[in-house]
Amino acid sequence: MMSILIGNIFILIGALFLFLGALGLVRMPDVYNRIQAGTKAVTLGSLALLFGMSFLHPDWIPKLVLIALFILLTSPVGSSTIARAAYLTGLQPFTKEKKEKT
Amino acid sequence: MDSPHIPAEHKIGLRRFIIASTMLFIVWLLLVGNLHWSEIVVGLIVAMLTAWLSSHHLRFLDDLIFNKATPWHVLRYLHVFFVALVRANFDMARRVLSPTLPINPAFVEVETHLKSSLGKLILANSITLTPGTLTVDVKGHYLQVHWVDSTPGTDLKHATQAIAESFERHLRELIQ
Repeated sequence: MMSILIGNIFILIGALFLFLGALGLVRMPDVYNRIQAGTKAVTLGSLALLFGMSFLHPDWIPKLVLIALFILLTSPVGSSTIARAAYLTGLQPFTKEKKEKT
Repeated sequence: MDSPHIPAEHKIGLRRFIIASTMLFIVWLLLVGNLHWSEIVVGLIVAMLTAWLSSHHLRFLDDLIFNKATPWHVLRYLHVFFVALVRANFDMARRVLSPTLPINPAFVEVETHLKSSLGKLILANSITLTPGTLTVDVKGHYLQVHWVDSTPGTDLKHATQAIAESFERHLRELIQ
């Protein structure tokens, strides 16, 4: 009973962080800040989801650990690659001065 | 231990083979999820075969440092990393949820003393996942980083101090 409750709480926390990531995508002013909001919230959100799942299904733990490892390795690489592509095409970052001018 | 009959080239190759097959074997065990003897035997054979066949492409494993203190350094690094990851998320949540959107973004450069590309990859990944920073490019010994809140200063010294220093101190013990 207890472990189901703990698992569900962690899944809820994960969903909350995934929601914050989505909100960040909408609210941030340029592509770099959007990538930042997306990567961080989605990584921790997914990890919290997987952690919650390990309470609900203890026999899945080895595979959940493997999924978490691959997310930790690949998600930042993907974000950095998108950001690098944007940087190489010459996209200038949003700055505070520009915001005050407009 | 240091036998003079084995050339250095072979030793490095053997070390690489052992590291690679151990990693592949651990991944195999996590995937099958049980410790039945037939799974272990097949896993060992497949892991060693894969490590042997791909040994030319696994040259980056030579940069890892292994000694008695390695598990301790790995644990300390993971601790630093997870604390930073959770802090990054609360920081990002605060910025996203506050109505004024308090951001002050800028591109900064960060210096690294890690020589190997694997070390730079792990450092860049860690930077991407921690408070308000996103690695954009790697040029030699400098990482180009996008920083959401660049108030501590955008020059090389301040940025390196604030972004990379805590990770690099621990990574230096693990990777060249």
